[in-house]
Amino acid sequence: MTLSLFALQLLNGIEVGLLLFLVASGLTLVFGVLGVLNFAHGSFYMLGAYLAWWLAERTGGLIWAVLLGVPVMLALGWAVERFAISRLYRRDHLSQVLLTYGLVLLFNELQRTLFGNDVHGVPAPRALDWTVSLGEMQTWGAYRIFTSIACLCIAIGMRQIILGTRFGMRVRAGASNGEMLEALGVDVRRLFSVLFSIGTALAALAGMLAAPLTTVFPGMGESVLVVSFVVVVIGGIGSIKGAFAGAMLVGIADTFGKVLLPSISSAIVYAVMAAVLIFRPQGLFGEAQAR
Amino acid sequence: MTVPLLEATGLHTYYGASHVLHGIDLRILPGECVTLMGRNGMGKTTTIRSLLGLTPPRAGEVRVRGKIVTGLPPHRIAQEGIALIPEGRGIFPTLTARENLTVAARPGRWTPEAVLDLFPSLRARLHHLGSQLSGGEQQMLSIGRALMTNPELVILDGATEGLAPLVRRQIWSVLRRLRAEGTATLVVDKEVRPLLELGDRHLILVKGRIAFAGDSQEWRARAEENLVLLRA
Ligand SMILES: Nc1ncnc2c1ncn2[C@@H]1O[C@H](COP(=O)(O)OP(=O)(O)O)[C@@H](O)[C@H]1O
Ligand SMILES: [Mg+2]
Repeated sequence: MTLSLFALQLLNGIEVGLLLFLVASGLTLVFGVLGVLNFAHGSFYMLGAYLAWWLAERTGGLIWAVLLGVPVMLALGWAVERFAISRLYRRDHLSQVLLTYGLVLLFNELQRTLFGNDVHGVPAPRALDWTVSLGEMQTWGAYRIFTSIACLCIAIGMRQIILGTRFGMRVRAGASNGEMLEALGVDVRRLFSVLFSIGTALAALAGMLAAPLTTVFPGMGESVLVVSFVVVVIGGIGSIKGAFAGAMLVGIADTFGKVLLPSISSAIVYAVMAAVLIFRPQGLFGEAQAR
Repeated sequence: MTVPLLEATGLHTYYGASHVLHGIDLRILPGECVTLMGRNGMGKTTTIRSLLGLTPPRAGEVRVRGKIVTGLPPHRIAQEGIALIPEGRGIFPTLTARENLTVAARPGRWTPEAVLDLFPSLRARLHHLGSQLSGGEQQMLSIGRALMTNPELVILDGATEGLAPLVRRQIWSVLRRLRAEGTATLVVDKEVRPLLELGDRHLILVKGRIAFAGDSQEWRARAEENLVLLRA
């Protein structure tokens, strides 16, 4: 592998990881704070991608699709929390799996009905239709650079919000003791609604940004869900920092695996997960004892 | 007659099928200090949880300043001006001490500065995580956090349990100060003497029923019977 190929794969791996982080961060927060194992989280990614395609066809571009699609998905997240997820807060994991898996089927049906079952490509914005050359053979697409920077900005913004604002403080407090927060006069239900809808919108945004890179196809939600669970487990359940580290690790391992060990590439991320869990059963940034 | 700050009538509270409170009546006037005594498992914590809506009573009524709050979510009841210092203190372990103070603060005369004047030893610990504080520091922080919501009624479930004598004295003196300043308190503790010195009125719970209610003089007049009710 030449140095430039190595660099390109590394950059691609980071980009895959950053997109994965947008999905996994919502999944880990919803599990860590709301205590709900949400199988439908991947569906938000899938719906985001389909919405990006559908809106881009009608509005003339991905940027408009994102600007319109993100508020739609915020609203969808709010509605899903209000009418479905909020019924799960005091339930066991089996009820959570049953209901949220039901939502997966529902969203798949919604996708079939609204958008059809065809595979679609979404063009990257024309302004980003150029490349940077890396060495003699490789080029790095401007859209990929843009996506990486956008995701990185979102990750930094999330960090600022979680560590530096009262909303973030309450999210962290709610993760350890929601009842106490409620008893101090904080509307924890509303906090959960807001958090869930932000998580939904982030997953959908990842789907929208990924659409020009991966194509839009039925079942894309399930595959991202599985990988996101791997990320969450590697990082430590409920930890945003962990989701970031896990997403980077998985993104890079997956990208290099596809190049170096194509025959077993689909097993690489699970091997990484197993290796991490052997040394840290609670994940990289997880709490040692179970909640 | 003054409208009670908090008034509960005929509270019956259950955990699943087990019937824990059997008709609790309780009233706290503005600025009054009421104490809640009773052996372990008699229903003190459950009474407090019922008042705040954390474990809503199945029968009975809670009013704050005459307004019925039974059935409201706990945060709405707390916003009426009630703050809880729970059993076990309930410090948020992953938040710093300063964040614990501000996470649920509502505007009023209690500011972080005022709380730190009350508990100067917290000043050096502001940037430590809640989980890194000692039991005494956690209790001070829990009181400070409650005061930061600028409440009219402070509920302390276990004021001094498990704390060193010096910290205990400090907490009793803070409670005296709150009383002098006109903040109502509902205090649970194992130590009878400071409760009798502090409280305007006292309740003794036995198996989810009120076995005694009266002021300090009445309590002392029945001291022997009351001590039997409290003996473990
Ligand atoms: N979460 C719970 N589930 C079931 N029973 C409980 C629960 N909490 C308390 N109890 C029972 O309710 C009774 C009153 O408990 P509690 O209010 O905690 O008493 P106290 O605070 O006076 O020690 C006890 O018999 C206790 O075992
Ligand atoms: Mg108790």
